[in-house]
Amino acid sequence: MNAQRSNIGLAVVGWLVALIMFFPILWMVLTAFKTEQTAFSTTPEFLFSPTLESFRTALAQGAGYWHYAFNSFFTAMVSTLLGLALAVPAAFAMAFYPSKRTDFTLVWMVSTKFIPAVGVLIPIFLIYKSLGLIDNDWGLIMLFTAMNLPIMVWMVYSYFRDVPKDIVEAADIDGASTMQTMFRVILPLALPGLASTGLLALILAWNESFWSLTMTDHNAATLAVFIASFKSAEGLFWAKMSAASVLTVTPIVVLGWFAQRQMVRGLTFGAVK
Amino acid sequence: MAVVELKNVVKRYGGGLTGKAARSEEAPAVDDFNLVTEDGEFVVLVGPSGCGKSTTMRMIAGLEDNTEGEIRIGGRDVSDVAARDRDIAMVFQSYALYPHMSVFENMAFSLRLKKAPKSEIDQRVNEAASILDITHLLDRKPRALSGGQRQRVALGRAIVRQPQVFLMDEPLSNLDAKLRVDMRAEIVKLHRKLGVTTFYVTHDQTEAMTMGQRIVVMRDGRIQQIDTPNALYARPANMFVAGFIGTPSMNFMKMRVGDDTRSLKGETARFRAGDAFTGDLLDSHRGQEVWVGIRPEHLQHHEGDAGALENGLSGTVDVVEPLGSVTMVQLEIDGHRITAQLEGDTRARSGDTITLTCESARLHLFDVVSEQALARQPVESAATA
Ligand SMILES: Nc1ncnc2c1ncn2[C@@H]1O[C@H](COP(=O)(O)OP(=O)(O)OP(=O)(O)O)[C@@H](O)[C@H]1O
Ligand SMILES: [Mg+2]
Repeated sequence: MNAQRSNIGLAVVGWLVALIMFFPILWMVLTAFKTEQTAFSTTPEFLFSPTLESFRTALAQGAGYWHYAFNSFFTAMVSTLLGLALAVPAAFAMAFYPSKRTDFTLVWMVSTKFIPAVGVLIPIFLIYKSLGLIDNDWGLIMLFTAMNLPIMVWMVYSYFRDVPKDIVEAADIDGASTMQTMFRVILPLALPGLASTGLLALILAWNESFWSLTMTDHNAATLAVFIASFKSAEGLFWAKMSAASVLTVTPIVVLGWFAQRQMVRGLTFGAVK
Repeated sequence: MAVVELKNVVKRYGGGLTGKAARSEEAPAVDDFNLVTEDGEFVVLVGPSGCGKSTTMRMIAGLEDNTEGEIRIGGRDVSDVAARDRDIAMVFQSYALYPHMSVFENMAFSLRLKKAPKSEIDQRVNEAASILDITHLLDRKPRALSGGQRQRVALGRAIVRQPQVFLMDEPLSNLDAKLRVDMRAEIVKLHRKLGVTTFYVTHDQTEAMTMGQRIVVMRDGRIQQIDTPNALYARPANMFVAGFIGTPSMNFMKMRVGDDTRSLKGETARFRAGDAFTGDLLDSHRGQEVWVGIRPEHLQHHEGDAGALENGLSGTVDVVEPLGSVTMVQLEIDGHRITAQLEGDTRARSGDTITLTCESARLHLFDVVSEQALARQPVESAATA
C-alpha cells in the first residue's frame, strides 16, 4: 500500500520535472505556429489558429535555410568523423598500453574543457584571421573537432577499458598484430560505444553556437547563425525564430531517436565467464 | 611439441620502476624458477593463491616479460619473441572467447590471421570440433553457450592452432564440480592423443594429482618441489608440500627424538622409528624436537590394549564425520589437532578415548626450524602400497 502510494508520488514528481524541462521546447514549437502578433502577446495563448506562415518565411529562397543546414550537416559530420579518427587510436594507446602518465593525460585533456570558450576567443580569432580560416567550413570543423576531442577520447577510452583484457591477450596469442587486434576484436566489441560517442559529438557540433556565431559570416554559417538572423536590426521575430529553431532541432532529434535503438549494449555479454 | 626450459627465471612487478628501485621493492612474484620439461609432458603448476602460477604461465606465453633468467621453447630463446610468434596456445580461466564471433570463427581466428586456405581452416576447425563434440554449436555465439560448452570452445580454439605448447590457467575453475571431473578426464585424454607439451595451472591439489605427469608445487613465488604425483605424496620435500598434497591434510605433531635415536616421544604419543629412517639422520637430532607428519589415511584404530603398543597415540574424539566408505575422526592429542581416516563402520564416537597406531614406515619427519624433510622414507613399497 505504502510503497504503491510513494510510487505514485514519484511518478507525479517525475512527470512534473519532465514537463518543466519540456515546456520551453513545447513553447518554441507552439510559437512557431503562431503569427508574429500572437507570438508577441503578453498573455500566453495556448489556443490559437495555427499558421505555417513562419515556416514559409524561414524556408523561403532568400532565407537560405538549406545553405545553413548543409553547413551544419557538413561541419558536424566531418568533425565527428575526424574526432573519431583521432580519438580511437589515442584511446587505444591509453587503454591497452598505459604508461605512468596515462591517468594524468586523460585528466589534463578533459580539464581543457574547464576553460570557457570565450577565454580563448581572441587568440583563436587572430590565428584564424591570419590563416584565412574565418568564415571557412574547415576552420569550423577544426574548432568542433578540438572542442569535442577530450570528451571523445575519454568516452572511447572507457569503452575500450570495458573490453576484457583476457580477450585482447587471447587475440595476441592467436597471432593478431596490434592493428588486427584493434580492427578485428576491439573495435567490433566497442562499436556500440563508438556509436554513442559519435552521436554525442554530432549533437554537440550541430548545436554549437558560440564559435559558429563568432567565426562565420555567411559562407560557413550554420543553423545557429540562421536562427540568430531573425533577431536583426529591424526587430525580433519570435515566431520566425521559433520556426527556424524547430527546423534546426528536428533533424538531430529524429537522428538521436533512431540511433538510440542501435546503441543498446550487451555485445560483450557471454564472452568472459 | 617442444621442450620448454626455464632457467633462473625471476619476475618482479616493479610498478613501472626499473633497475635498483624495482629490485629493492617487495619480494618477486616468481623467484629463481628452474624447470626443463620433457617433450610432450603434462606439467601442473599448483600452489595457493598468489604464489605466482599465473605469472609463470604468462611469462611462458610472452604476455609478461621475465625480469631475469631465460625461457626457451623448443630450444629457441624466446626472451625477445612476442606472444604471437611463440607458437603457443592458451586457455584462459575466463575462456576469453571473442563475443562477436561465432564458435566457428572463434576457432578459425588464428588460422585466418595466418591466411590459411579456406579448405584447411574448415578441415581443422571441424576436426577439433568433433574431437570436443561441439560440431552442433559451430554457428552459435559464445553468449548462447553454457559454461561447459564455452570451456570446450576455448579448448577447441587452442587445439586448432596445433601449437608447440598448451598453456592452461585454471581452465576448469568456473565449472561445477561434476563437470570439472568430466573435463579433467577429457583434457588428460586430449593430451594423450595430441601429445603436446602442456602447462596446467590449478590451485586444486586433486586436479594436480590426477592430471599431472609432473607437478610443480609453488609457494610465494618459489618452487617447493617438482616431482611425480606419487613421489610428492610419498616423499614431500618440506612441511608445506606435505600439508598441501593429499586430502585431508597431513597431521603434524612435535616430538622428541629419544636418546636411543630409535624412538620418538610426545607427551603421550610414541613411535618406534625402527629401520624406517636412516640412523644418521636421527643421530644428528638425538634429544631434539622434530615435526612428525602422519597422513590421516595411515592412522588405524587400535582397539586392543594400548600399553603394549610401540607406535601409538591416544586422544579423545572431538568430531566424527561419516563419509560412507570412510569416517573422518578428529581428536586432540598432545595439544595437536589430529585427523584420522578410519573405516566407514568405525565404532569411535565423539567423547570416546581411542588409540591410533601407524606403521613407522609411514611417518614423515621434518626439521623444526627449516621445516625441510629430515629423513625420506627409503621404503619404496610403502609409498605405492
Ligand atoms: N600486474 C601485476 N602487477 C603487480 N603485481 C602483480 C601483477 N600480477 C600479479 N601480481 C602479484 O604477483 C603475485 C603472483 O600472482 P599470480 O597471479 O601469478 O598468482 P597465482 O598463483 O596465479 O594466484 P591465483 O591462484 O590467485 O590465480 C601476487 O602477489 C600478485 O599480487
Ligand atoms: Mg592465477
